[in-house]
Amino acid sequence: MVGTLEQVFREEWGRVLATLIGFLGDFDLAEEAAQEAFAMAADRWQRDGVPSNPRAWLMTTARNRATDRIRRDRALATKFGLLVASNSAEVPMKTTTFPDERLELIFTCCHPALAIEAQVALTLRTLGGLSTDEIARAFLVPERTMAQRLVRAKRKIKAAGIPFRVPPRHLLGERLDAVLAVVYLIFNEGYGGRDELAAEAIWLGRALAELLPDEPEVHGLLAMMLLHDSRREARFSDGELVLLGDQDRSRWNRELIAAGRAELDRALALRGCGPYVLQAAVASLHADVPCDWGEIAALYGELSRLTGSPVVELNRAIAIAESEGPEAGLRIVDHLGLDDFRYLHSTRAELLRRLGRTSEARDAYRRARQLTDDGAERRFLERRLTELAHSTDLG
Amino acid sequence: MKYVMLIYQGSALERQAALPEEEQKQVYADYQGINQTEGVTPGLPMGLAENATTVQVQGGKTMTTDGPFVGMKEAVGGWFILEADDLDAAIEVAARVPAARYGGAVEIRPSEVYW
Repeated sequence: MVGTLEQVFREEWGRVLATLIGFLGDFDLAEEAAQEAFAMAADRWQRDGVPSNPRAWLMTTARNRATDRIRRDRALATKFGLLVASNSAEVPMKTTTFPDERLELIFTCCHPALAIEAQVALTLRTLGGLSTDEIARAFLVPERTMAQRLVRAKRKIKAAGIPFRVPPRHLLGERLDAVLAVVYLIFNEGYGGRDELAAEAIWLGRALAELLPDEPEVHGLLAMMLLHDSRREARFSDGELVLLGDQDRSRWNRELIAAGRAELDRALALRGCGPYVLQAAVASLHADVPCDWGEIAALYGELSRLTGSPVVELNRAIAIAESEGPEAGLRIVDHLGLDDFRYLHSTRAELLRRLGRTSEARDAYRRARQLTDDGAERRFLERRLTELAHSTDLG
Repeated sequence: MKYVMLIYQGSALERQAALPEEEQKQVYADYQGINQTEGVTPGLPMGLAENATTVQVQGGKTMTTDGPFVGMKEAVGGWFILEADDLDAAIEVAARVPAARYGGAVEIRPSEVYW
């Protein structure tokens, strides 16, 4: 019973809140009303059972709470002789069908006029239904800081006139990029081991794929997240980092791989060839045994042309090292700059190690270690350094 | 919504001065176009920041200094009022201001009634 309730809440929160914001035109009022309705449901459904249409129940209850609240405020205002502008809540909301306005909501939350941290926090709070405290813990900031971030963002939406709508055609491309970037960022935060964030990102990705079924990049992003997530169990062994090549493949989640590949197929059927689709294609190839490194290098080459990112070039270098040998990979790595990027140094170190250039490899591992805070990654580098201490330089 | 649109020249004036005549004409035409856009109330044209005088009152004493309050490059270069549906509409108008593409910027400030 508790399980079902939680599930219903999880599924319905974003939807109920989005509809309320669309109807009330006010984030705070909508959030308060939704919270009240969900609290009442938690109490009542526990006792009387879940109603036949939980969404309609939540929506109607929340709307009534909001209307009550507006009336109360208005009565109070009249009492004090204040002028009150007419409110959109005067317009009756249809009770039979509730518009799904989650897309409007996510585009508002990910509006480029908001700071990226605020976009992330708002998206998790409103669509994901995470509490302020949960978001604060996930991003390792004090709850007060996160609460202020959310308050400021909501205030700016109102004061600056950020529209609550799906952007028109000519803006849709860039705005969708911003939305996908937020979801991807949440996923990446979770990739370092905070599983709840990765799960949240996938959940948001699924919702987006349902809402924008014809956008290849949406399916591409979801595919990429599912495929990466399929290796979650295998990436760590007793809390220690395990590289792709050394992973126990029986611990890869076959269901997630299949789900990811299905999303990738969908993206390709829509003629997708954007950055997320390409990365998903790479992740899909990684799940093959043996994997086709030549093909992966070619995909990274395409991605590199598209994004001009040196980090992508670094990945291409790794694929080239696998398909053509460490020397060919190293030639690319040594032209990249990226001196403050820890993975550049750990990649160089690995390639030098394979070439038997031990002392250079050691220097590179040390430089990588200097740039790494994360516990598991640091320990991995330590282990490599210890191993190298016992081998002789052949280079 | 009512917005106050602040134009910062940054390096725009120098860059525009170095443009071929045709493109300079386009810059003037674009400013003209902004002024004639629906919802726009043009501000008075502003003289150069180097001719500004900054006034502060400290301990009842009026102090004047030469130049703008902020640095010369950060000084406001112009402004206009825009009545628009929402921020997206304001962003579209801001993007048409020549200063924005020649190294300057446009700041969109929502107008607010405090009293």
